[in-house]
Amino acid sequence: MTEDVLIQVNDLCRDYGSLHALKNVSFSLRRGEVLGFLGLNGAGKSTTMQIISGNLAPTSGEVKINGYDILEQPKQAKASLGFLAEQPPLYRELTVNEYLLFCARLNRIAKNDIAKAITRACERCGLNDVRKRLIGNLSKGYQQRVGIAQAIIHTPEVVILDEPTVGLDPIQIREIRQLIRELGNDHSVILCTHILPEVQSTCDRVLIINHGQIAVEDTLAGLDARVQKNSIRVRLNQPPKATQLNIADLNSTLNILNAEVLSEQEFTLQCGANFDQATFIQYCVQQDWDISELSPITNALEQMFINITCNDIDSPAATEVAS
Amino acid sequence: MIFNIAMRELRSLFLSPLAWAILAIKLHVLSWIFLFQLDRFLEIQPKLGGMQGAPGLTSLVAIPLLDTAAFLLMLIIPLISMRLISEERRGQTLSLLFSAPVSMTEIILGKYLGILAFLSVMLALIVLMPLSLFLGANLDGGLLASGIIGLFLITASYAAIGLLMSALTKEPLIAAISSFGVFLLLWIIDGVNNAGQNNLATGLFNYLSISSHYQNFSHGIINSADFSYFGLLIITAIILSIRRLDAYRLQH
Repeated sequence: MTEDVLIQVNDLCRDYGSLHALKNVSFSLRRGEVLGFLGLNGAGKSTTMQIISGNLAPTSGEVKINGYDILEQPKQAKASLGFLAEQPPLYRELTVNEYLLFCARLNRIAKNDIAKAITRACERCGLNDVRKRLIGNLSKGYQQRVGIAQAIIHTPEVVILDEPTVGLDPIQIREIRQLIRELGNDHSVILCTHILPEVQSTCDRVLIINHGQIAVEDTLAGLDARVQKNSIRVRLNQPPKATQLNIADLNSTLNILNAEVLSEQEFTLQCGANFDQATFIQYCVQQDWDISELSPITNALEQMFINITCNDIDSPAATEVAS
Repeated sequence: MIFNIAMRELRSLFLSPLAWAILAIKLHVLSWIFLFQLDRFLEIQPKLGGMQGAPGLTSLVAIPLLDTAAFLLMLIIPLISMRLISEERRGQTLSLLFSAPVSMTEIILGKYLGILAFLSVMLALIVLMPLSLFLGANLDGGLLASGIIGLFLITASYAAIGLLMSALTKEPLIAAISSFGVFLLLWIIDGVNNAGQNNLATGLFNYLSISSHYQNFSHGIINSADFSYFGLLIITAIILSIRRLDAYRLQH
Protein backbone atom coordinates (compact mmCIF):
# COMPACT_ATOMS: atom_id res chain seq x y z
CA MET A 1 0.00 0.00 0.00
CA THR A 2 2.78 2.42 0.86
CA GLU A 3 4.40 1.68 -2.48
CA ASP A 4 1.39 3.11 -4.26
CA VAL A 5 2.97 6.19 -5.84
CA LEU A 6 0.49 8.74 -7.17
CA ILE A 7 2.83 11.52 -8.24
CA GLN A 8 6.31 10.90 -9.51
CA VAL A 9 8.39 13.93 -10.40
CA ASN A 10 11.76 13.30 -12.03
CA ASP A 11 14.52 15.86 -12.65
CA LEU A 12 12.20 18.75 -13.20
CA CYS A 13 13.85 21.89 -14.57
CA ARG A 14 12.26 25.13 -15.57
CA ASP A 15 13.97 28.25 -16.87
CA TYR A 16 12.49 31.69 -17.29
CA GLY A 17 14.92 33.16 -19.76
CA SER A 18 18.28 33.10 -17.99
CA LEU A 19 16.70 32.51 -14.57
CA HIS A 20 16.70 28.90 -13.46
CA ALA A 21 13.54 28.69 -11.40
CA LEU A 22 13.77 24.94 -10.85
CA LYS A 23 16.84 22.77 -10.90
CA ASN A 24 16.49 18.97 -10.96
CA VAL A 25 13.53 18.70 -8.65
CA SER A 26 12.52 15.10 -7.96
CA PHE A 27 10.07 13.75 -5.44
CA SER A 28 7.13 11.41 -5.12
CA LEU A 29 3.81 11.35 -3.36
CA ARG A 30 2.18 8.16 -2.09
CA ARG A 31 -1.49 7.43 -1.67
CA GLY A 32 -3.10 8.92 1.43
CA GLU A 33 -0.16 11.15 2.20
CA VAL A 34 -0.22 14.87 2.97
CA LEU A 35 2.95 16.46 1.69
CA GLY A 36 3.94 19.92 2.85
CA PHE A 37 5.79 21.86 0.21
CA LEU A 38 7.70 24.61 1.95
CA GLY A 39 9.77 27.46 0.69
CA LEU A 40 10.26 31.18 0.85
CA ASN A 41 8.48 33.43 -1.62
CA GLY A 42 10.04 32.92 -5.01
CA ALA A 43 11.71 29.62 -4.13
CA GLY A 44 9.87 27.77 -6.90
CA LYS A 45 6.83 26.39 -5.10
CA SER A 46 4.18 27.73 -7.41
CA THR A 47 6.23 26.94 -10.49
CA THR A 48 6.44 23.31 -9.41
CA MET A 49 2.72 23.15 -8.69
CA GLN A 50 1.86 24.72 -12.02
CA ILE A 51 4.02 22.21 -13.84
CA ILE A 52 2.46 19.27 -12.01
CA SER A 53 -1.02 20.54 -12.78
CA GLY A 54 -0.24 21.02 -16.45
CA ASN A 55 -0.47 24.81 -16.43
CA LEU A 56 3.16 25.22 -17.32
CA ALA A 57 5.45 23.07 -19.42
CA PRO A 58 8.76 22.07 -17.84
CA THR A 59 12.01 22.90 -19.62
CA SER A 60 13.05 19.32 -18.97
CA GLY A 61 12.09 16.43 -16.72
CA GLU A 62 8.89 14.48 -16.38
CA VAL A 63 5.82 14.40 -14.19
CA LYS A 64 3.72 11.27 -13.82
CA ILE A 65 0.35 11.37 -12.14
CA ASN A 66 -1.15 8.01 -11.32
CA GLY A 67 1.23 6.52 -13.87
CA TYR A 68 0.28 8.87 -16.73
CA ASP A 69 2.71 11.42 -18.09
CA ILE A 70 1.25 14.91 -17.82
CA LEU A 71 2.58 15.94 -21.23
CA GLU A 72 1.98 12.74 -23.17
CA GLN A 73 -1.36 11.65 -21.73
CA PRO A 74 -2.66 14.88 -20.25
CA LYS A 75 -6.32 13.86 -20.13
CA GLN A 76 -5.78 10.69 -18.12
CA ALA A 77 -3.25 12.40 -15.86
CA LYS A 78 -5.46 15.40 -15.17
CA ALA A 79 -8.49 13.23 -14.46
CA SER A 80 -6.94 12.20 -11.15
CA LEU A 81 -5.90 15.70 -10.22
CA GLY A 82 -7.59 18.57 -8.42
CA PHE A 83 -5.75 21.88 -8.42
CA LEU A 84 -6.30 25.10 -6.52
CA ALA A 85 -3.98 27.78 -7.85
CA GLU A 86 -2.59 30.58 -5.74
CA GLN A 87 -5.40 32.76 -6.96
CA PRO A 88 -8.57 30.63 -7.05
CA PRO A 89 -9.83 30.37 -10.64
CA LEU A 90 -13.35 31.66 -10.10
CA TYR A 91 -15.88 33.10 -12.51
CA ARG A 92 -17.18 35.93 -10.41
CA GLU A 93 -20.35 36.39 -12.43
CA LEU A 94 -21.62 32.88 -11.69
CA THR A 95 -23.32 31.59 -8.57
CA VAL A 96 -21.60 28.92 -6.50
CA ASN A 97 -24.01 26.30 -7.83
CA GLU A 98 -23.52 27.28 -11.47
CA TYR A 99 -19.78 27.38 -11.06
CA LEU A 100 -19.56 23.96 -9.44
CA LEU A 101 -21.90 22.54 -12.06
CA PHE A 102 -19.51 23.80 -14.73
CA CYS A 103 -16.52 22.32 -12.89
CA ALA A 104 -18.29 19.00 -12.42
CA ARG A 105 -19.00 18.75 -16.14
CA LEU A 106 -15.51 19.92 -16.97
CA ASN A 107 -14.14 17.03 -14.96
CA ARG A 108 -16.43 14.60 -16.78
CA ILE A 109 -18.49 13.50 -13.82
CA ALA A 110 -21.31 11.22 -15.02
CA LYS A 111 -24.56 13.11 -15.49
CA ASN A 112 -26.43 11.23 -12.76
CA ASP A 113 -23.74 11.84 -10.17
CA ILE A 114 -23.30 15.57 -10.72
CA ALA A 115 -25.92 16.77 -8.22
CA LYS A 116 -24.54 14.40 -5.61
CA ALA A 117 -20.97 15.51 -6.24
CA ILE A 118 -21.87 19.19 -5.90
CA THR A 119 -23.78 18.58 -2.66
CA ARG A 120 -20.90 16.60 -1.21
CA ALA A 121 -18.29 19.22 -2.15
CA CYS A 122 -20.45 22.00 -0.70
CA GLU A 123 -20.92 20.09 2.53
CA ARG A 124 -17.24 19.41 2.93
CA CYS A 125 -16.28 23.01 2.32
CA GLY A 126 -19.13 24.51 4.33
CA LEU A 127 -20.75 26.19 1.34
CA ASN A 128 -24.34 25.09 1.85
CA ASP A 129 -25.55 28.53 2.93
CA VAL A 130 -24.09 30.38 -0.03
CA ARG A 131 -24.86 28.02 -2.90
CA LYS A 132 -27.19 30.47 -4.62
CA ARG A 133 -25.03 33.54 -4.17
CA LEU A 134 -22.78 35.13 -6.75
CA ILE A 135 -19.15 34.23 -6.27
CA GLY A 136 -18.13 37.85 -6.82
CA ASN A 137 -20.17 38.89 -3.78
CA LEU A 138 -18.70 36.31 -1.40
CA SER A 139 -16.02 37.15 1.12
CA LYS A 140 -12.45 36.10 0.45
CA GLY A 141 -12.74 33.15 2.82
CA TYR A 142 -15.78 31.78 1.06
CA GLN A 143 -14.19 32.32 -2.34
CA GLN A 144 -11.23 30.30 -1.16
CA ARG A 145 -13.58 27.53 -0.09
CA VAL A 146 -15.28 27.58 -3.47
CA GLY A 147 -11.80 27.16 -4.93
CA ILE A 148 -11.19 24.11 -2.76
CA ALA A 149 -14.63 22.71 -3.58
CA GLN A 150 -13.71 23.01 -7.24
CA ALA A 151 -10.52 21.04 -6.65
CA ILE A 152 -12.21 18.15 -4.84
CA ILE A 153 -15.51 17.94 -6.68
CA HIS A 154 -14.49 14.95 -8.78
CA THR A 155 -12.86 13.22 -5.76
CA PRO A 156 -9.46 13.16 -7.45
CA GLU A 157 -6.71 10.95 -6.11
CA VAL A 158 -4.40 13.94 -5.76
CA VAL A 159 -5.34 17.39 -4.53
CA ILE A 160 -2.85 20.21 -4.94
CA LEU A 161 -3.46 23.32 -2.86
CA ASP A 162 -1.25 26.33 -3.49
CA GLU A 163 -1.27 28.59 -0.43
CA PRO A 164 -4.90 27.90 0.44
CA THR A 165 -5.02 30.01 3.61
CA VAL A 166 -3.63 33.28 2.32
CA GLY A 167 -5.77 36.21 3.35
CA LEU A 168 -8.10 34.28 5.64
CA ASP A 169 -8.97 35.11 9.23
CA PRO A 170 -7.76 32.80 12.05
CA ILE A 171 -11.06 30.94 12.35
CA GLN A 172 -11.22 30.30 8.63
CA ILE A 173 -7.60 29.18 8.64
CA ARG A 174 -8.43 26.66 11.33
CA GLU A 175 -11.42 25.39 9.38
CA ILE A 176 -9.43 25.04 6.18
CA ARG A 177 -6.67 23.16 8.00
CA GLN A 178 -9.29 20.87 9.46
CA LEU A 179 -10.58 20.34 5.93
CA ILE A 180 -7.11 19.56 4.63
CA ARG A 181 -6.64 16.96 7.35
CA GLU A 182 -9.95 15.39 6.39
CA LEU A 183 -8.90 15.37 2.76
CA GLY A 184 -5.77 13.54 3.79
CA ASN A 185 -7.90 10.57 4.84
CA ASP A 186 -8.99 9.63 1.36
CA HIS A 187 -6.94 11.80 -0.99
CA SER A 188 -3.27 12.52 -1.34
CA VAL A 189 -2.62 16.19 -0.79
CA ILE A 190 0.22 18.50 -1.69
CA LEU A 191 0.03 21.59 0.47
CA CYS A 192 2.14 24.42 -0.77
CA THR A 193 2.83 27.15 1.75
CA HIS A 194 5.35 29.24 3.62
CA ILE A 195 3.43 29.10 6.88
CA LEU A 196 5.19 26.62 9.16
CA PRO A 197 2.44 25.87 11.72
CA GLU A 198 0.19 24.96 8.82
CA VAL A 199 2.56 22.23 7.76
CA GLN A 200 3.03 21.04 11.31
CA SER A 201 -0.67 20.71 11.94
CA THR A 202 -1.57 18.99 8.70
CA CYS A 203 1.29 17.23 6.96
CA ASP A 204 2.90 13.80 7.22
CA ARG A 205 5.93 14.64 5.22
CA VAL A 206 7.78 17.85 4.50
CA LEU A 207 9.74 18.99 1.53
CA ILE A 208 11.68 22.23 1.72
CA ILE A 209 12.61 23.90 -1.53
CA ASN A 210 15.18 26.65 -1.73
CA HIS A 211 16.34 28.45 -4.85
CA GLY A 212 14.68 25.93 -7.08
CA GLN A 213 16.30 22.93 -5.45
CA ILE A 214 15.01 20.51 -2.90
CA ALA A 215 16.91 21.10 0.31
CA VAL A 216 15.24 18.66 2.67
CA GLU A 217 12.76 15.86 2.28
CA ASP A 218 11.67 14.01 5.39
CA THR A 219 8.78 13.14 7.66
CA LEU A 220 7.96 15.49 10.52
CA ALA A 221 9.22 12.88 13.00
CA GLY A 222 12.37 12.46 10.97
CA LEU A 223 12.98 16.18 11.08
CA ASP A 224 12.60 16.14 14.85
CA ALA A 225 15.18 13.42 15.07
CA ARG A 226 17.49 15.26 12.74
CA VAL A 227 17.44 18.43 14.75
CA GLN A 228 18.63 17.02 18.04
CA LYS A 229 19.56 20.28 19.55
CA ASN A 230 16.47 21.30 21.44
CA SER A 231 16.37 24.75 22.85
CA ILE A 232 14.87 26.12 26.00
CA ARG A 233 14.16 29.61 27.07
CA VAL A 234 14.80 30.47 30.69
CA ARG A 235 14.20 33.52 32.80
CA LEU A 236 16.47 33.99 35.82
CA ASN A 237 15.69 36.76 38.27
CA GLN A 238 19.22 36.72 39.60
CA PRO A 239 21.31 35.65 36.66
CA PRO A 240 24.98 34.87 37.08
CA LYS A 241 27.48 37.31 35.69
CA ALA A 242 28.92 36.32 32.37
CA THR A 243 32.38 35.93 33.91
CA GLN A 244 31.13 33.34 36.38
CA LEU A 245 29.82 31.11 33.67
CA ASN A 246 31.82 28.47 31.93
CA ILE A 247 30.10 26.89 28.97
CA ALA A 248 32.39 23.87 29.00
CA ASP A 249 31.46 23.33 32.61
CA LEU A 250 27.76 23.65 31.88
CA ASN A 251 28.16 21.24 29.05
CA SER A 252 29.68 18.52 31.15
CA THR A 253 27.28 18.82 34.08
CA LEU A 254 24.04 19.87 32.41
CA ASN A 255 24.59 19.10 28.75
CA ILE A 256 24.05 22.70 27.61
CA LEU A 257 25.85 23.37 24.39
CA ASN A 258 25.45 27.07 24.08
CA ALA A 259 23.78 30.03 25.74
CA GLU A 260 22.43 33.07 24.05
CA VAL A 261 21.64 36.23 25.98
CA LEU A 262 18.27 37.69 25.02
CA SER A 263 18.05 40.36 27.69
CA GLU A 264 19.43 40.87 31.17
CA GLN A 265 17.34 38.04 32.60
CA GLU A 266 16.35 35.98 29.60
CA PHE A 267 18.48 33.37 27.89
CA THR A 268 18.11 30.79 25.19
CA LEU A 269 19.98 27.61 25.90
CA GLN A 270 20.82 25.05 23.27
CA CYS A 271 20.65 21.66 24.84
CA GLY A 272 22.25 18.36 24.00
CA ALA A 273 20.45 15.05 23.71
CA ASN A 274 20.94 14.15 27.40
CA PHE A 275 19.62 17.39 28.76
CA ASP A 276 17.28 16.91 31.72
CA GLN A 277 15.03 19.76 32.82
CA ALA A 278 14.73 18.58 36.44
CA THR A 279 18.50 18.50 36.89
CA PHE A 280 18.75 21.93 35.36
CA ILE A 281 16.16 23.41 37.73
CA GLN A 282 17.85 21.80 40.70
CA TYR A 283 21.11 23.31 39.57
CA CYS A 284 19.53 26.74 39.27
CA VAL A 285 18.16 26.50 42.78
CA GLN A 286 21.54 25.41 44.10
CA GLN A 287 23.20 28.38 42.45
CA ASP A 288 20.47 30.76 43.72
CA TRP A 289 19.69 32.04 40.24
CA ASP A 290 16.00 32.31 41.13
CA ILE A 291 14.58 30.71 38.04
CA SER A 292 11.07 31.95 37.26
CA GLU A 293 10.37 30.69 33.75
CA LEU A 294 11.38 27.76 31.61
CA SER A 295 9.84 27.01 28.24
CA PRO A 296 11.10 24.45 25.76
CA ILE A 297 11.40 25.46 22.12
CA THR A 298 11.17 22.23 20.24
CA ASN A 299 10.41 23.45 16.79
CA ALA A 300 12.46 21.21 14.60
CA LEU A 301 10.74 22.31 11.43
CA GLU A 302 11.20 25.97 12.08
CA GLN A 303 14.81 25.44 12.98
CA MET A 304 15.40 23.42 9.87
CA PHE A 305 13.66 25.95 7.73
CA ILE A 306 15.56 28.85 9.21
CA ASN A 307 18.85 26.98 9.02
CA ILE A 308 18.39 26.33 5.35
CA THR A 309 17.15 29.72 4.34
CA CYS A 310 19.48 31.64 6.66
CA ASN A 311 22.61 29.86 5.52
CA ASP A 312 21.64 31.18 2.26
CA ILE A 313 21.12 34.73 3.43
CA ASP A 314 24.54 34.60 5.05
CA SER A 315 26.19 34.11 1.72
CA PRO A 316 25.32 36.42 -1.17
CA ALA A 317 22.33 38.46 -0.05
CA ALA A 318 23.69 39.41 3.35
CA THR A 319 27.00 40.62 1.99
CA GLU A 320 25.13 42.75 -0.47
CA VAL A 321 23.21 44.40 2.32
CA ALA A 322 26.37 44.83 4.38
CA SER A 323 28.32 46.50 1.63
CA MET B 1 -17.30 18.97 -23.12
CA ILE B 2 -17.12 21.53 -25.94
CA PHE B 3 -20.80 22.17 -25.33
CA ASN B 4 -20.21 22.70 -21.60
CA ILE B 5 -17.52 25.30 -22.21
CA ALA B 6 -19.68 26.96 -24.87
CA MET B 7 -22.65 27.15 -22.51
CA ARG B 8 -20.51 28.69 -19.78
CA GLU B 9 -19.22 31.26 -22.26
CA LEU B 10 -22.72 32.08 -23.45
CA ARG B 11 -24.01 32.38 -19.91
CA SER B 12 -21.18 34.68 -18.89
CA LEU B 13 -21.79 36.80 -21.98
CA PHE B 14 -25.45 37.23 -21.12
CA LEU B 15 -24.55 37.99 -17.52
CA SER B 16 -22.38 40.89 -18.57
CA PRO B 17 -24.02 44.26 -19.21
CA LEU B 18 -21.73 44.79 -22.20
CA ALA B 19 -23.44 42.10 -24.27
CA TRP B 20 -26.91 43.45 -23.54
CA ALA B 21 -25.84 47.01 -24.28
CA ILE B 22 -24.31 45.94 -27.58
CA LEU B 23 -27.41 43.97 -28.56
CA ALA B 24 -29.73 46.84 -27.68
CA ILE B 25 -27.75 49.58 -29.39
CA LYS B 26 -27.04 47.59 -32.51
CA LEU B 27 -30.67 46.61 -32.96
CA HIS B 28 -31.75 50.16 -32.31
CA VAL B 29 -29.44 51.56 -34.99
CA LEU B 30 -30.31 48.85 -37.51
CA SER B 31 -34.04 49.19 -37.03
CA TRP B 32 -33.72 52.91 -37.57
CA ILE B 33 -31.89 52.26 -40.85
CA PHE B 34 -34.47 49.63 -41.78
CA LEU B 35 -37.40 51.98 -41.25
CA PHE B 36 -35.64 54.78 -43.06
CA GLN B 37 -34.96 52.59 -46.09
CA LEU B 38 -38.48 51.21 -46.07
CA ASP B 39 -39.84 54.74 -46.03
CA ARG B 40 -37.68 55.75 -48.98
CA PHE B 41 -38.73 52.64 -50.87
CA LEU B 42 -42.38 53.56 -50.40
CA GLU B 43 -41.60 57.02 -51.77
CA ILE B 44 -40.02 55.82 -54.98
CA GLN B 45 -42.24 52.77 -55.41
CA PRO B 46 -44.59 54.42 -57.95
CA LYS B 47 -41.62 55.28 -60.21
CA LEU B 48 -40.21 51.76 -59.93
CA GLY B 49 -43.54 50.34 -61.00
CA GLY B 50 -43.12 51.91 -64.44
CA MET B 51 -39.59 50.60 -65.00
CA GLN B 52 -38.65 47.39 -66.74
CA GLY B 53 -36.62 45.01 -64.53
CA ALA B 54 -36.51 47.48 -61.67
CA PRO B 55 -34.90 46.36 -58.40
CA GLY B 56 -37.39 45.06 -55.88
CA LEU B 57 -38.06 45.36 -52.19
CA THR B 58 -35.47 42.71 -51.31
CA SER B 59 -32.53 44.33 -53.03
CA LEU B 60 -33.52 47.87 -52.06
CA VAL B 61 -34.38 47.30 -48.39
CA ALA B 62 -33.42 43.86 -47.10
CA ILE B 63 -29.97 43.46 -48.65
CA PRO B 64 -28.74 47.00 -47.79
CA LEU B 65 -29.83 46.30 -44.23
CA LEU B 66 -27.77 43.11 -44.12
CA ASP B 67 -24.82 44.95 -45.69
CA THR B 68 -24.97 47.61 -43.01
CA ALA B 69 -25.21 44.90 -40.38
CA ALA B 70 -22.10 43.20 -41.79
CA PHE B 71 -20.22 46.48 -41.60
CA LEU B 72 -21.40 47.28 -38.08
CA LEU B 73 -20.45 43.78 -36.91
CA MET B 74 -16.88 44.64 -37.84
CA LEU B 75 -17.00 47.31 -35.12
CA ILE B 76 -18.93 45.30 -32.60
CA ILE B 77 -17.45 41.81 -32.66
CA PRO B 78 -14.02 42.90 -31.37
CA LEU B 79 -15.76 44.23 -28.26
CA ILE B 80 -17.36 40.87 -27.60
CA SER B 81 -14.53 38.58 -28.66
CA MET B 82 -11.77 40.52 -26.91
CA ARG B 83 -12.41 38.94 -23.53
CA LEU B 84 -12.73 35.33 -24.69
CA ILE B 85 -9.28 34.20 -23.62
CA SER B 86 -7.40 37.31 -22.56
CA GLU B 87 -9.79 37.84 -19.67
CA GLU B 88 -9.31 34.27 -18.48
CA ARG B 89 -5.60 34.92 -18.51
CA ARG B 90 -5.96 38.14 -16.57
CA GLY B 91 -8.36 36.65 -14.04
CA GLN B 92 -6.19 33.53 -13.85
CA THR B 93 -9.21 31.34 -14.45
CA LEU B 94 -7.39 29.62 -17.28
CA SER B 95 -5.78 27.30 -14.71
CA LEU B 96 -9.21 25.78 -14.13
CA LEU B 97 -9.42 24.72 -17.77
CA PHE B 98 -5.77 23.73 -17.98
CA SER B 99 -5.87 21.44 -14.96
CA ALA B 100 -9.13 19.78 -16.00
CA PRO B 101 -9.08 16.76 -18.28
CA VAL B 102 -9.85 18.88 -21.34
CA SER B 103 -7.77 19.32 -24.47
CA MET B 104 -6.76 22.68 -25.90
CA THR B 105 -8.88 21.94 -28.96
CA GLU B 106 -11.94 21.47 -26.78
CA ILE B 107 -11.29 24.73 -24.95
CA ILE B 108 -10.94 26.73 -28.15
CA LEU B 109 -13.88 25.08 -29.93
CA GLY B 110 -16.02 25.58 -26.83
CA LYS B 111 -15.12 29.25 -26.69
CA TYR B 112 -15.77 29.64 -30.40
CA LEU B 113 -19.16 27.96 -30.28
CA GLY B 114 -20.07 30.07 -27.28
CA ILE B 115 -19.47 33.37 -29.02
CA LEU B 116 -20.98 32.04 -32.24
CA ALA B 117 -24.16 31.16 -30.35
CA PHE B 118 -24.34 34.68 -28.97
CA LEU B 119 -23.78 36.21 -32.40
CA SER B 120 -26.40 33.89 -33.89
CA VAL B 121 -28.93 35.29 -31.45
CA MET B 122 -27.94 38.75 -32.63
CA LEU B 123 -28.24 37.75 -36.29
CA ALA B 124 -31.62 36.13 -35.70
CA LEU B 125 -32.93 39.39 -34.25
CA ILE B 126 -31.55 41.35 -37.20
CA VAL B 127 -32.96 38.94 -39.77
CA LEU B 128 -36.39 39.23 -38.17
CA MET B 129 -36.64 42.75 -39.60
CA PRO B 130 -36.54 41.89 -43.31
CA LEU B 131 -38.52 38.71 -42.61
CA SER B 132 -41.32 40.83 -41.16
CA LEU B 133 -41.85 42.22 -44.66
CA PHE B 134 -43.23 38.84 -45.66
CA LEU B 135 -46.36 39.84 -43.74
CA GLY B 136 -47.38 42.37 -46.33
CA ALA B 137 -45.17 42.04 -49.37
CA ASN B 138 -43.56 39.65 -51.76
CA LEU B 139 -39.85 39.16 -51.21
CA ASP B 140 -37.22 37.40 -53.27
CA GLY B 141 -36.71 34.49 -50.86
CA GLY B 142 -33.63 33.16 -52.63
CA LEU B 143 -31.80 36.47 -52.61
CA LEU B 144 -32.69 37.04 -48.96
CA ALA B 145 -31.48 33.55 -47.99
CA SER B 146 -28.24 34.11 -49.83
CA GLY B 147 -27.74 37.42 -48.06
CA ILE B 148 -28.39 35.80 -44.68
CA ILE B 149 -25.92 32.99 -45.36
CA GLY B 150 -23.32 35.57 -46.35
CA LEU B 151 -23.94 37.57 -43.19
CA PHE B 152 -23.62 34.45 -41.07
CA LEU B 153 -20.37 33.41 -42.74
CA ILE B 154 -18.78 36.84 -42.36
CA THR B 155 -19.86 36.89 -38.69
CA ALA B 156 -18.39 33.44 -38.09
CA SER B 157 -15.09 34.57 -39.69
CA TYR B 158 -14.96 37.71 -37.58
CA ALA B 159 -15.58 35.65 -34.46
CA ALA B 160 -12.75 33.23 -35.32
CA ILE B 161 -10.29 36.06 -35.95
CA GLY B 162 -11.44 37.81 -32.77
CA LEU B 163 -10.82 34.59 -30.84
CA LEU B 164 -7.30 34.33 -32.27
CA MET B 165 -6.51 37.93 -31.34
CA SER B 166 -7.81 37.30 -27.85
CA ALA B 167 -5.55 34.28 -27.53
CA LEU B 168 -2.55 36.34 -28.58
CA THR B 169 -2.62 38.93 -25.83
CA LYS B 170 -3.35 39.34 -22.16
CA GLU B 171 -4.92 42.77 -22.63
CA PRO B 172 -8.53 42.67 -23.86
CA LEU B 173 -8.27 46.14 -25.37
CA ILE B 174 -5.26 45.21 -27.47
CA ALA B 175 -7.17 42.14 -28.64
CA ALA B 176 -10.10 44.36 -29.63
CA ILE B 177 -7.98 46.87 -31.50
CA SER B 178 -5.99 44.24 -33.36
CA SER B 179 -9.12 42.33 -34.36
CA PHE B 180 -10.60 45.54 -35.64
CA GLY B 181 -7.42 46.25 -37.57
CA VAL B 182 -7.49 42.81 -39.20
CA PHE B 183 -11.18 43.11 -40.12
CA LEU B 184 -10.65 46.53 -41.65
CA LEU B 185 -7.63 45.33 -43.60
CA LEU B 186 -9.53 42.32 -44.94
CA TRP B 187 -12.39 44.61 -45.86
CA ILE B 188 -10.35 47.17 -47.83
CA ILE B 189 -7.52 45.01 -49.14
CA ASP B 190 -9.04 44.80 -52.63
CA GLY B 191 -8.80 48.58 -52.92
CA VAL B 192 -5.73 48.06 -55.14
CA ASN B 193 -8.10 46.80 -57.81
CA ASN B 194 -9.30 50.30 -58.35
CA ALA B 195 -5.98 51.17 -59.93
CA GLY B 196 -7.27 49.26 -62.93
CA GLN B 197 -4.31 46.94 -63.23
CA ASN B 198 -5.01 43.32 -63.77
CA ASN B 199 -2.10 41.20 -62.68
CA LEU B 200 -1.42 38.43 -60.23
CA ALA B 201 -1.18 40.76 -57.25
CA THR B 202 -4.58 42.32 -57.74
CA GLY B 203 -6.05 38.87 -58.23
CA LEU B 204 -4.51 37.77 -54.95
CA PHE B 205 -5.71 40.81 -53.07
CA ASN B 206 -9.09 40.39 -54.58
CA TYR B 207 -9.22 36.82 -53.37
CA LEU B 208 -8.04 37.80 -49.89
CA SER B 209 -10.64 40.50 -49.53
CA ILE B 210 -13.50 39.53 -47.28
CA SER B 211 -15.80 42.13 -48.83
CA SER B 212 -15.54 40.76 -52.38
CA HIS B 213 -16.58 37.31 -51.17
CA TYR B 214 -19.34 38.73 -49.04
CA GLN B 215 -20.71 40.82 -51.92
CA ASN B 216 -21.26 37.73 -54.02
CA PHE B 217 -23.68 36.52 -51.39
CA SER B 218 -25.53 39.81 -51.27
CA HIS B 219 -25.91 39.66 -55.04
CA GLY B 220 -27.51 36.28 -54.65
CA ILE B 221 -24.51 34.37 -55.96
CA ILE B 222 -23.66 31.29 -53.92
CA ASN B 223 -20.53 29.55 -55.08
CA SER B 224 -18.13 27.11 -53.53
CA ALA B 225 -15.12 29.43 -53.88
CA ASP B 226 -16.67 31.86 -51.41
CA PHE B 227 -17.65 29.07 -49.07
CA SER B 228 -14.14 27.70 -49.07
CA TYR B 229 -12.70 31.18 -48.50
CA PHE B 230 -14.73 31.66 -45.34
CA GLY B 231 -14.15 28.06 -44.30
CA LEU B 232 -10.39 28.40 -44.68
CA LEU B 233 -10.39 31.68 -42.79
CA ILE B 234 -12.29 30.18 -39.86
CA ILE B 235 -10.29 26.94 -39.72
CA THR B 236 -6.96 28.76 -39.95
CA ALA B 237 -7.88 31.16 -37.16
CA ILE B 238 -9.08 28.32 -34.94
CA ILE B 239 -6.01 26.16 -35.52
CA LEU B 240 -3.73 29.10 -34.78
CA SER B 241 -5.70 29.81 -31.59
CA ILE B 242 -5.25 26.21 -30.44
CA ARG B 243 -1.53 26.36 -31.17
CA ARG B 244 -1.29 29.65 -29.34
CA LEU B 245 -3.08 28.35 -26.26
CA ASP B 246 -0.81 25.32 -26.25
CA ALA B 247 2.26 27.52 -26.47
CA TYR B 248 1.02 29.61 -23.59
CA ARG B 249 2.28 26.90 -21.24
CA LEU B 250 5.75 26.94 -22.74
CA GLN B 251 6.74 30.53 -22.16
CA HIS B 252 5.87 33.12 -19.62
